[in-house]
Amino acid sequence: MHAVPTFRKGGVHPPDHKVFSREQEIVRLPLPSELVVALSQHMGAPAKPLKAKGDTVERGEKIGESVGFISADVHSPVNGTIKEIKTVTLPNSVQCDAFVITVDEKQPGNASKPIAWRKLKKEELFASIKEHGIVGLGGATFPAHVKFTVPRDKKVEYFVVNGVECEPYLTSDYRLMMEKGKETLEGILIAAKILEAEKIIVGVELNKQDAIDHLKEIVKEKGWPIEVVGLKVKYPQGDEKQLLKAAINREIPSGKLPLDVGAVVSNIGTCYAIYEAIVYKKSLYERIISVTGEGIVNPKNILAPIGTKVSDLLEFCGGLQGDVEKLVSGGPMMGFAFFDTETPVTKGSSGILALHARKKVRRTPCISCGKCVDACPIGLMPTLLYKHITNLNYEVAMNSLSLLDCKECGSCSYVCPAHLPLVHTFKTGKKMGRKK
Amino acid sequence: MTEQPLMIVSSSPHLHDKSSTANIMWHVSLALVPATLWGIYLFGLYSLVIILVSIGSAVLAEFLLGKLSKECTIWDGSAFLTGLLVGLNMTPSVPLFIPIVASIFAIFVAKWTFGGLGANWANPALSGRIFVFFSFTTYMSSFTTPRTLLKAMPDALGGATPLGFVKTAIASGSSGMTSNELLAQAGYPATELARKLCAVLGINAYTIDSFLGNIAGSIGEVSSILLLIGGIYLLIRKIITWHIPVTYLLSSAVLTWIFGGLPAGLGMFHGAFFPSMLSGGLMFGALFMATDYVTSPLSSKGKAVFGIGCGFFTFLFRTFGSMPEAVSVSILMMNIITPTIDRYIRPRKFGDKKLFAKKEAVA
Repeated sequence: MHAVPTFRKGGVHPPDHKVFSREQEIVRLPLPSELVVALSQHMGAPAKPLKAKGDTVERGEKIGESVGFISADVHSPVNGTIKEIKTVTLPNSVQCDAFVITVDEKQPGNASKPIAWRKLKKEELFASIKEHGIVGLGGATFPAHVKFTVPRDKKVEYFVVNGVECEPYLTSDYRLMMEKGKETLEGILIAAKILEAEKIIVGVELNKQDAIDHLKEIVKEKGWPIEVVGLKVKYPQGDEKQLLKAAINREIPSGKLPLDVGAVVSNIGTCYAIYEAIVYKKSLYERIISVTGEGIVNPKNILAPIGTKVSDLLEFCGGLQGDVEKLVSGGPMMGFAFFDTETPVTKGSSGILALHARKKVRRTPCISCGKCVDACPIGLMPTLLYKHITNLNYEVAMNSLSLLDCKECGSCSYVCPAHLPLVHTFKTGKKMGRKK
Repeated sequence: MTEQPLMIVSSSPHLHDKSSTANIMWHVSLALVPATLWGIYLFGLYSLVIILVSIGSAVLAEFLLGKLSKECTIWDGSAFLTGLLVGLNMTPSVPLFIPIVASIFAIFVAKWTFGGLGANWANPALSGRIFVFFSFTTYMSSFTTPRTLLKAMPDALGGATPLGFVKTAIASGSSGMTSNELLAQAGYPATELARKLCAVLGINAYTIDSFLGNIAGSIGEVSSILLLIGGIYLLIRKIITWHIPVTYLLSSAVLTWIFGGLPAGLGMFHGAFFPSMLSGGLMFGALFMATDYVTSPLSSKGKAVFGIGCGFFTFLFRTFGSMPEAVSVSILMMNIITPTIDRYIRPRKFGDKKLFAKKEAVA
């Protein structure tokens, strides 16, 4: 029996809180009457609007076109009419234009014949991914076609699929693996074909043992060249740096990409979206969202169209209960708190959490306990960074303390007994440091 | 939808492991309770008075200084802990003004003048102790015979700590004998229990007594086993890490073993490292003083270096210096070096470019 792989340095063990929605099967949200589809749902430049007020749109029709190298297309999730174009503020405080779409009562059926993707060439598959607006669904929403563009001099030895879902509360990836295991694995094969990857590894944390078993069974039955690896539970293993260290024991140099160590990392949800895009020609206009947390009456994993307002999701889950203090888009460690339930969900919304009020603890000065230093998976010294940034020494923080290597995973803030806003300070510090 | 409650918007993460500064301070205080109770039993109720006066004056000083900056910080527990540590570091018979002076020095000079909690470079309780030790040396170095040895203690030895006695004996010219032999020759008593255990286990009775806590010393420092229990509690609660205590005890033990016999004319590798580890506040210092967060390094590697440094100074001062118990000064020395350690000893950064440059060069 060899040791269960995980990354070595740092990390924390927050309680996983997945119990709320773990056993909830994915359900489709009844179409809301109105959607708000934002044009900046991905990392990079916002898409250019292709429709104007009053235009009718069809489901799957491209309504926003990517501009620039890092950008992605946006598609309409429904048949409907553009009511207006307005500015929205997304939970991650990005402000952008959004189509407000009035949803038609009559929607097209779902019948569509699957395409035998194995006959398609690599270039055709790649073009499809770009055309269908696929972005990374783990939360960073990096356009998939950019990630899958492998420079000539680089080779993909490993295609590592991220089924870690290390964020507490979230269960959308888990449900996907349990319910759409075969389709997801096929999506992985498609992605691997585009990348010409030599080996395929799916990393899943051991708190999802049944998902690991399920995937392994399918792989064995079909004889697919995919290795499913169970990883020791530790946050932030879902970060690509930590995942690669855990799964293939390679370390991405500071400031470099997975490709520099011969690997590409993709979220498991992205692979499912790739499967649907290729096999059913379905653009990325809906996704699975875990609506969960102690403040939700009936937590659910919902398949909802992009652009659904949070209020519609909450209503579908029976509303809020108890002393709800925070609404969070994404996981509790890296997600964004927001206050407006009219906020629409985007391609990156892996979850909507309603969290109860937690005991307020008085902030004290840093007592130099070093817990943040031990917790940091990157090997930074959060407390020194904090002191330098609060003293406006941005240069020291950026240069000798490597502020830009910080992934804002939140491990330091999580363990800080002084309750210092470490991650918040680092976010500010990065902005201020870059300005100079 | 029903009327929406107002939501809080804040930066991630939205979870916390529920630890807090106050929580840590109270847990450390709790870990000191066994040793404190033993000290009170051993040296009488007056020790309790000393401890209460230390705590009271430390908390009062913190409260009054808090008035200046208009914040009340006594509930974070740090002043209480400082007071407790000062009290446990007093000899059992000091006049009450000494703990008061020590506590006020600790809180006011060592902590507040540098900016309060988290900003001091020297361990406040240690500074307080060292201040009164050098100001009132006579009081601070006259010890009381513990209750368990009272009957058997010869008058000539009244109030001497084993380490102090050995130091004096060596200084006055006796050589060729180990510290335990010196103690036995002078008729230093051992408890009944220790003598019985000695017969069974073959370990020297004085060593057993120091381990159990039947020796003269400061109120809180005498019982190594009770201090260890407290230390292990802190380790289990992940309040301290093993780095400082283990490296401190080991390095001082190894150095004492190799060179400790030299002043007594025994040659190399004849130092009595067990008695040295178990007495003179070394256990207390290693577990509760050197591990003070504020004045010890941040990283694990730095902590190990810090521990080794403490061990080195303790060995040096004990073996070749004039002080029999040098723990507090040793830790203070390393407190001075802590910022430098933090500057140069840092965890290896994930994906450090240097590492890759080396690998590529090899390839």
